[in-house]
Amino acid sequence: MSAAGARAEVVTPAPVGFDVARLRHEFPILRSHVNGHPLVYLDNAATAQKPRSVVEAEADFTLLGNANVHRGVHTLSQRATQAYDDARATLARFINAPDPAELIFTAGTTASLNLVAQSHGRTVLTPGDEILLTEMEHHSNIVPWQLLAGQVGAVVRAIPVTDAGALDLAAAARLIGPRTRIVAVAHVSNVLGTVNPVAELAGLAHAAGAVVVVDGAQAVPHLPVDVQALGADFYVASGHKMYGPTGVGFLWGRRALLEAMPPWLGGGGMIQQVSFDGTTYAPVPARFEAGTPPISQAIGMAAAARWLQALPWAEVEAHERDLLDYATALVSRVPGVRVVGTAPGKVSVLSFVLDGIHPHDVGTVLDTRGVAVRASHHCAQPLMRRLKTPGTVRASFAVYNTRAEAEALAEGLHEVRKVFG
Amino acid sequence: MSSASELYQSIILDHNRSPRNFREIKDASRSAEGYNPLCGDQLRVWLKVEDDKIADVSFQGSGCAISKASASLMTTVVKGKTPAEAARIFESFHRMVTGQGGPADDLPAKLAVFAGVREFPARVKCASLAWHALRNALEQAGTDPVSTE
Repeated sequence: MSAAGARAEVVTPAPVGFDVARLRHEFPILRSHVNGHPLVYLDNAATAQKPRSVVEAEADFTLLGNANVHRGVHTLSQRATQAYDDARATLARFINAPDPAELIFTAGTTASLNLVAQSHGRTVLTPGDEILLTEMEHHSNIVPWQLLAGQVGAVVRAIPVTDAGALDLAAAARLIGPRTRIVAVAHVSNVLGTVNPVAELAGLAHAAGAVVVVDGAQAVPHLPVDVQALGADFYVASGHKMYGPTGVGFLWGRRALLEAMPPWLGGGGMIQQVSFDGTTYAPVPARFEAGTPPISQAIGMAAAARWLQALPWAEVEAHERDLLDYATALVSRVPGVRVVGTAPGKVSVLSFVLDGIHPHDVGTVLDTRGVAVRASHHCAQPLMRRLKTPGTVRASFAVYNTRAEAEALAEGLHEVRKVFG
Repeated sequence: MSSASELYQSIILDHNRSPRNFREIKDASRSAEGYNPLCGDQLRVWLKVEDDKIADVSFQGSGCAISKASASLMTTVVKGKTPAEAARIFESFHRMVTGQGGPADDLPAKLAVFAGVREFPARVKCASLAWHALRNALEQAGTDPVSTE
């Protein structure tokens, strides 16, 4: 099919009930140009753009409310502490956590996973214990467990992924056994968009006495998350992938688990009493927040959660599903394209390869047309090996993307075919 | 930034499709691997150095069009040169792709097709991957992978 054919699809109206054009107004960057073309930002799974309200919440605090938290008797410090604790409560509600004290602010998903591995994992694991991951994990949900396994003599295993990019639940049931202590799984795959059956996995894991750690980085921008319904024991995410700031994320954990965990990082703010004879530690969550936390970023992340919660979710999900279906149909018509990840119910992440053309070259040609995609192994090299490809091109759609942008992607791919013959 | 066709010149596309000296040298005197952790591009360069001359040079591996074409053209350019001459060509090539100067007089003419790379900073490492491996093979007779990071 020709590029002109792809353009003809413009007349098809998108079944969208809410006003995407108005929503895009909140994102000034979406009006910018790159390489002489209007920016088509389809790298949302790497980081999402931020709405004005998020940036303003952060800026307002920094310009007008800045003070350290849990430190001063002065009014400004107390206000900052209040704002920081409010942010904690907002994010706890965002994932339906039963108690805000169970939510720890971290530097991001990676820091959260390392915290669970080094504090919980290092305490409970003994030689020969098993840590069960999946073949579709991001390196951030692999390497911390490998480091831990090396320290305690544990074994890391992985649940296989089917050709369609779904988790093999039957294999998971076989792999979860009496030595399994930790099952760590992405809620949503950053490469495939697959939504994993976390509740079913949690059922299997809990029956074997294992805890479930859920990497929610790619889930929180796309789905309402309910950590209690999922049966998760730990749930982690980053601010910047959910339309919030970089440098901040959270770790939610069940209170009993958190209370049994020793501190990971030591410093100010996480202690009860310090003396050279011994130090006692603060209760959760402060125990895990050594040093000055990312205060303005936490406030910005909470603003992002409020912004997301105010969206009409049924319509957002319909819009993102439409974008995915529409883009998948257009991209599939480009000669030599193979879509990678076709699990039912996936979120708006579209990975694909072009026969005989390296993803990097595809990414460069698209970039000359203002279309930003990710072209790489997506920090998921074991998954690339499983799929027998050095990498994929990934177009990841956010709530503010449009059908016209999916068309720009498809037209760009027809151009790639033209350049490479 | 320039257009895609300025980067992907026909010579580059040709060498990507049909890379020259894309084979292993069984009796190579030296070889080294090049690896770009950013994109996973990986190639190995084999060398046969006789009487201070690169008597034969080859490569194998997988990567993008830029890294593959650059490796292919590199093998055609350095064959018959001394290791010192090859090193000088790399220096000149590197200056060109990083935008520190146009194609210098001492740069073999066919490498000028990579002049467009300077407009694509993300792709400089692709263009220089094989050259780094070559330099490693020449300098260290090494077997450790070299990285462009």
